[in-house]
Amino acid sequence: MATVSGDQAKHVALGLDRAQLLAMYEKLLVARFLDERMWVLNRQGRVAFVISCQGQEACQVGSAFALDPDTDFVLPYYRDVGVVLVWGQTPLDLLLALFARAGDPSSAGRQMPSHFSSRKLRILSPSSVVGTQIPHCAGVGLSIKLQRQRGVAITYFGDGTTSQGDFHEGLNFAAVHKLPCIFVCENNQYAISEPQERQMAVRDVAVRAVAYGMPGVIVDGNDVLEVYSATREAADRARRGEGPTLIEAKTYRLVPHSSDDNDRRYRTSAEVEEWRTRDPIDRFKAYLLGNGLLDEHEDAALRASVRGAIQDAADAAERAPSPTAADLYAHVYATPSGR
Amino acid sequence: MPTKTVIEAIREGLAEEMRRDDRVIVLGEDVGTAGGVFGATVGLQTEFGVERVIDAPLAESCIVGVAIGAAFNNVRPVAEIQFMDFIHPAMNQIMNEAARIRYRSAGDFCCPIVVRVPFGGGVHGGLYHSQSIEALFCHIPGLKCVAPSSPYDAKGLLKAAIRDDDPVIFCEHKRTYRLIKGEVPDGDYAVPIGKAIVRRAGTRITVLTYGLMVHYALEAAESAAAKDIDVEVVDLRTLRPLDTELILESVRKTGKVLIVHEANKTGGIGGEIAALISEEAFDALDGPVTRLCAPDVPAMGYAPVFEQAFLPNASRIEAALTTLAEY
Repeated sequence: MATVSGDQAKHVALGLDRAQLLAMYEKLLVARFLDERMWVLNRQGRVAFVISCQGQEACQVGSAFALDPDTDFVLPYYRDVGVVLVWGQTPLDLLLALFARAGDPSSAGRQMPSHFSSRKLRILSPSSVVGTQIPHCAGVGLSIKLQRQRGVAITYFGDGTTSQGDFHEGLNFAAVHKLPCIFVCENNQYAISEPQERQMAVRDVAVRAVAYGMPGVIVDGNDVLEVYSATREAADRARRGEGPTLIEAKTYRLVPHSSDDNDRRYRTSAEVEEWRTRDPIDRFKAYLLGNGLLDEHEDAALRASVRGAIQDAADAAERAPSPTAADLYAHVYATPSGR
Repeated sequence: MPTKTVIEAIREGLAEEMRRDDRVIVLGEDVGTAGGVFGATVGLQTEFGVERVIDAPLAESCIVGVAIGAAFNNVRPVAEIQFMDFIHPAMNQIMNEAARIRYRSAGDFCCPIVVRVPFGGGVHGGLYHSQSIEALFCHIPGLKCVAPSSPYDAKGLLKAAIRDDDPVIFCEHKRTYRLIKGEVPDGDYAVPIGKAIVRRAGTRITVLTYGLMVHYALEAAESAAAKDIDVEVVDLRTLRPLDTELILESVRKTGKVLIVHEANKTGGIGGEIAALISEEAFDALDGPVTRLCAPDVPAMGYAPVFEQAFLPNASRIEAALTTLAEY
């Protein structure tokens, strides 16, 4: 467990009260336990595929809490369970997608799991091709500026995505037009099997921001309050009309890339175990305990309640109806014929 | 009724839609200060400002990607890609993103963007300023693809495309921009997407074509008429969704079909139309469904002899009509 020395005033300086901190903590737990349940369902043969957020929850929950889901748009990537939970999706929503049920609000059973989408919640539909959402984020920023809206657009991606042309093109456009955008790189140090040194010759993704003329900020992605702080500052800049920010949250993926991956082919269990000692949820729990904001009894009760709710949601999702084959033909165009 | 060129009609259509709906914006390379490399957007930035007529960085994927993003939030972007030859870097954004956003969100989102793109040869454009790759877009469900041949249709289809809630690839034959003049009414009108039109009624052979080739086909039809071959010329106008009713109606009348396009033959829209006719109107056929297309070489070369050898023209169309008439 991390010590709390030096951390004492962090949330006070950020102006966060106990209720807000506990809300963050609960989202971290929901993201983790939901992800763990998804793996169990996969290993039991009940669902075909899982892609994971484990280890990266602080990047997701910390940044999302710094924004306003009522005015801001989010363009998540496939690991962002923690982000979309803060934005208003529920464990049931995600589990309906996991089981490819008709009631899956993201895509009604069309997309693979974790392709989060909801017009009502301002979560913008992603594909599986990495990086395409980055120019989209710039476009949303452009639309916000054009329509004099208050919102900002935040998008997320991994370190691997920063090799894509769309990363460069999107950041460049957003900077040229001083758009209210935040680009969050959850640098988990691997693009599936390829470690960072196979992907880029720089140590920090954030230095690339210099090339676009925007701030590049490095944060400890396993410290939820640090991520919160950096994102809030970026959001304030964006709302002041000062343009976009690139945030690099250094983190680690604690499980394989997906349910079809075996990470022992490219990294050691010792390395993974070392990162488990820096688990963002354990660290935040220690912070809360150390500051007298939570006790072990409350923690145990919260964990039991979160696990119970997720189990109930999983049962409900499994029982929910599948789409019908006829649904395959719907929503190609606004009208059935396209005319 | 005033007479205008295709490029003037497009400019007028853009301006009218921008006046009608302040959600409409234009973005692309050189579209602002310069008014576009072909002049389609001349004057728009002066009238509508830099926020609505945006000089974008030279990055096609970004231009389309930004358009998609803006469309997520109630904007109706018209993106210009300078040449169809340059659209390839944006293919992922067009095919994987724009085309599938409605479908992948089960109708929750839509993607109302227009991508205007000059295509076609005959302007000394060589390999990379002459391509006709419209069939690639027609292969993708979720996209619409139009290719007007006249000033009237260019303006009317552009208005329909901007008002459409689905992504539309708007193919403008660059040789027609200043070559083709026609009457364009001043008032508001739209030409519906998905509707072909009979440009010349005839009884013996149907020519199905679009873009510049419509004009060559009409020329060839007049020459053929002198040989008592009465040709019907159908301007497809929309390549996806095809106007199957009008195509089949014309085929059932004439029994013979010549499909003309300057895109490469293999995998072109002509093959799709031929299959459609074979499946739906086999019993009406009185000869082989014939294609007159560009040869299967990567592009027309820059040398004039290459360009002439590559492109179908009126005399080749007339020769194909004569052969077909003999069946």
